Formats: sequence, structure tokens, C-alpha cells
Amino acid sequence: MANPARNIDELETTDPKQTRGPWREAWYEFKKNKIAVVGFCIVLFFILLAIFAPWIAKEGINAQETADRLLPPSAEYWLGTDDFGRDILSRIIYGARISLWVGFSAVIGSVIVGSILGIIAGYYGRWVDTIISRFFDIMLAFPSILLAIAIVAVLGPSLQNALIAIAIINVPNFGRLIRSKVLSIKEDEYITAAKGIGMRDIRILFSHILPNSMAPVIVQGTLAIATAILEAAALGFLGLGAQPPSPEWGKMLADSKDYLQSAPWTMIFPGLAIMLTVLGFNLMGDGLRDAMDPKMKS
Amino acid sequence: MTKHLLEVDGLKKHFPIKKGLFGKTVGAVKAVNDVSFYVKEGETLGIVGESGCGKSTTGRSLVRLLEPTEGKVSFDGQDITKFSANDMRKVRRNIQMVFQDPYASLNPRHTIEKILAEPLIVHGMKDAKKRKEKIYEFLEIVGLNAFHAKRYPHQFSGGQRQRIGIARALMTNPKLIIADEPVSALDVSIQAQVLNLMQDLQKEFNLTYIFIAHDLGVVRHISDRIAVMYLGKIVEITDSNELHQNPMHPYTQALLSAVPIPDPHHDENEVVLEGDMPSPANPPTGCAFHTRCPFKMDVCTKAVPELKEQKPGHFAACHLYNGTNSNDI
Repeated sequence: MANPARNIDELETTDPKQTRGPWREAWYEFKKNKIAVVGFCIVLFFILLAIFAPWIAKEGINAQETADRLLPPSAEYWLGTDDFGRDILSRIIYGARISLWVGFSAVIGSVIVGSILGIIAGYYGRWVDTIISRFFDIMLAFPSILLAIAIVAVLGPSLQNALIAIAIINVPNFGRLIRSKVLSIKEDEYITAAKGIGMRDIRILFSHILPNSMAPVIVQGTLAIATAILEAAALGFLGLGAQPPSPEWGKMLADSKDYLQSAPWTMIFPGLAIMLTVLGFNLMGDGLRDAMDPKMKS
Repeated sequence: MTKHLLEVDGLKKHFPIKKGLFGKTVGAVKAVNDVSFYVKEGETLGIVGESGCGKSTTGRSLVRLLEPTEGKVSFDGQDITKFSANDMRKVRRNIQMVFQDPYASLNPRHTIEKILAEPLIVHGMKDAKKRKEKIYEFLEIVGLNAFHAKRYPHQFSGGQRQRIGIARALMTNPKLIIADEPVSALDVSIQAQVLNLMQDLQKEFNLTYIFIAHDLGVVRHISDRIAVMYLGKIVEITDSNELHQNPMHPYTQALLSAVPIPDPHHDENEVVLEGDMPSPANPPTGCAFHTRCPFKMDVCTKAVPELKEQKPGHFAACHLYNGTNSNDI
């Protein structure tokens, strides 16, 4: 038998390629998928826009040039101006902050709440499962945007409330996803093995079940960000989300609908921004699914 | 006489069958139905039987991974069926399991080091450096290398994974290891290596094994005594050699004759069983084996044969021997 102490030093110099974990494995798979990388780049582009908005957008979001109302795209205003003479490009750049903020935080919120409910339902089963699952069923029985409108109507129209509404309507999707994943994982032999070792339930949940049920959640989460951005824009369009003068993309669409014929750029560019972001997240999500979800590498 | 490390008395595990909207119980699958046996310290008890006879359920009920419906399991003189969840966790230090599927029994997201560290952490070894040393030591003991510790399960072959599973079971210095079909998922060439490893470990650490398998050849190789199970009951239990030379129960005879013999000129004298194993949800009356038994008598359909000592150390549950042999002894 070799001396164990000697091997500790040897270990530090192990080739990193041999110790590639499942997450890194997925990243290598993802990088091979060109379309997914394009999606990732689009998303990254908008994230950078959002972060560096004050440096990129030379005009403030509310800087009004009353003389320059509804101007078409030009060298001075790349994407034209709106009915108040505000630079559309600047507003779109700041709008990226709002949309991404809403998308990410709404989804993170619903992932956290959905995961907790889903894990409890899946792991403990019985009547707890019945109550939680039926509750999800009831929520899913309503069209999601209708439910969101109802929630905002109760809470009052504002961007923050729209975010909460979007988070709430997405909870059952994640809850059910995690629940089904937990149901299959808890029958796996390594869970039995962990119990056999004498591990406590709570430790099994967090150290075995949760990490192994994360892959589909990440995939679904990425796709859900796209939906959340769309839903936020829809609520904004209906006047239930962001309030003027905030440069929310859906709100920009709503404000410019009267000028569709005379100044189409006021509508086209915010619309394009929504489309591109959603497309980016969807492409990225599909790529992630291919890389992580079908089956763990064995 | 060595002491009995584990004593099982009247163990039953019934799974309720639920039907309808409100989950009314309409019956039960009697997976393990009144099983009693003991295991002596340092020996290997093999449990054999065909799929669905309840051998794995027995193994899991012993450590309460499945809660037994009835019966008593005494480990080291203590009745562990009455233990609280917390006491039970402490006992698990001494009873470890090795599982059948080496692909499913290791968490794919953990490195080998993390997998092996878990039992140590759970049972209170707080010093990380000591843990590391112990992990490396045991990796070497089971025939792997210390540098394997940083790898993930998918980077190993089936045989290597089973070695990791065995190392995990050894981490807490257990007294008893319940091996649930530890080699059935492996290639035949690898089976022998793993079996030999288990035998070496038994000598080195003075382990007691309960070895569950469906392959009599494998069980004979490793076991001191063998219990044969059929439909949730033990039908015969005796020394490994005695069982092979003098099988008493007709089911054991059929099992033995099904073991292939590596000799082309060997006289085929096979006892071929007809039909399938009956459903454990609705077992036959009397002796559970009577539907397939070549020596069926009237009494077999009515009375359940008891597991009796037919010869010293040789227990069988069969009406063929009751009333005749039992009187002689």
C-alpha cells in the first residue's frame, strides 16, 4: 500500500482535463452548438448595454428636444426620435436595464419559491404533495397573462408589481418541474445509499437531490426569462407595468402606436429590441437543453 | 461458539396495494413474509432466490431503509426495529450496504473524494486532513489509486465504481456489510475480481457479510452458509457445502440443477420447473411452492410447512421431510 501522505501532494498537480465535472462538461457541449453561442452573444450584448447604459447612451432618457419631434433615423439620432423629441436609441438602451432586470429577478423569484414547494411536494409526498400539486393545477388553469393582469389589478399598476405578478404566475411551472425531477431522483440508488450511510433528510435534500435537479431548471429558467420579458412588455403595453416616463420597451410600443403610419421607427425599434432579446434567450435555452438536459453523461 | 451478530425474528414486509380516488388499501404484496435467521460474527451468509422473491427487500428491511411491517431485528444484542431515527443513524455506522448498480449508487455530480467523505462527515470526523488521508488509504485498499479521488463517477468502469461503492461502505469501519447483488451488474471477469476483493477485505477487517444474489455459483464461492428464498420465505438454510451436496427442498434442487457445469459430457439431469413464480400479492395456500413442485402432496396445498432443523445445522421448510425425518432426529 502506498503512503497516503505522499499522494496528497501528488494530487495538487492532477491534470485538470481529467477532473472535468458535469457542469464543465455541459459548458463544452454548449460551446460546440453555434446557434446557441449566437443566442448567448445576443444576451451578452444586451447585458453589456444595460450595464454600461449611462456611458453608451449619450442623451438621457428624458432629454426632450421639442424641435426634433418624430424625426426619422439620421446621423444625429440613429434610431430617430419619438413624439416628445427623445432619442429612441438612448431609451432602448436604458430599456434593456428594465427588461433584463424584470426578466432575471422575476425568474429567480419563481425558481426559488417553485423549488422549495416542488422539493417539499416531491420528497415528502402524500397529502403535502396533493395540496401543493392541486394548488399548482389551479394556477395553471388560468391563462397566465390574465392571471398577471388580475394580480397587478389587485396590487396596483407599477413596474415592481408587474415583476411580482410575473414571478407568481411562473411558480407552478418550476414547482412542477422540480417536483417531477425530485420524484425520479429520490428513487435513485445513491439516495438510498446516502440514507444507508445515516445522512439526515435535510442534508440529502441539499447535497444530493437539489444539485441533481438543477439542470432542467436552468434550461427552463433561461427560456422563462424570455417569456417574462414578453409578459413585462405586454403589461407595460396595457399600462399595467412600467409607468411613464420610464423607457420600458412595452410602454414605448404603447406610446408610439398612434404614429405607426407617420413615424414607424418609433414602434419598429423597441419591437426589434424585444424580439432580439427574446430570441437570444430562446436560442441560448435550446442550446443549454441540448447540453445539459437529455441525459447526464455516463 | 461465535456469537450471533445479527438475529432476525419473524421479519415481514408487506407493501399495501392502493386503489381508487382515496387510496383505499385493497391488499398487500407480501414481499417478505415471516423470515427468521441469524448471522454469526465473521461469517458470510448468502441469500439466493429468483427475481422478486424478496431477497433485496429483506436486505433493505434489515437496516430499515424499508420500514419492516413486523418482526424483530437484533444487531449486537439490541433490537434496532424499535430505535428512534437518531439512534438508527448511529447504528448505521456499523451496518453498511453495497448496492447492485454501480452506475446508480454514486452521485454523478460528486467527486469520488466527496462521495467517500460523506460517511465520515455524517459520523463526526471533523478533521478534513484526516478524512483525506483515510480516503486515500481506502482507495488504495480497494485497488484504486489516490489520484482517482478528484475524478467523477462517469470516468470509471463498472468494476471500478463497485470498488468505490465498497470503499464507501468501509469508511466507517462497519461490522456488518449487506451486499445487495454487488456483482450482478458486472462482467464475469470483473465479478471474480470484486468477489476476491470482498473476501480479502473480510479477512483484513474481520467483516461479516450478508451477500444477496441470484447466482448460486457466485454465492457458493463467497458464502459460509446459504439461505434460499422463495416468494418471501426462506425455504432452506444451511452450510454452503451441505446445500450443494444434499439439497433437501425441491426448489433448491431445481436451482442447483440450473447452474451450468463446464463439462460438455456432463449428463443433463436437470429438474426443470414449470410455470412462473406466483404473485406475492396473492400467494398460493399452504406451501407457496406447491404450484410448481414435482413432489406435490395433498398436505402441501393446505398446511404451510415450517422451517425445521431436518439434520443438525440443516433447516428446510418442506412437507416431504416432516413426519418422517423429523421424528428420527
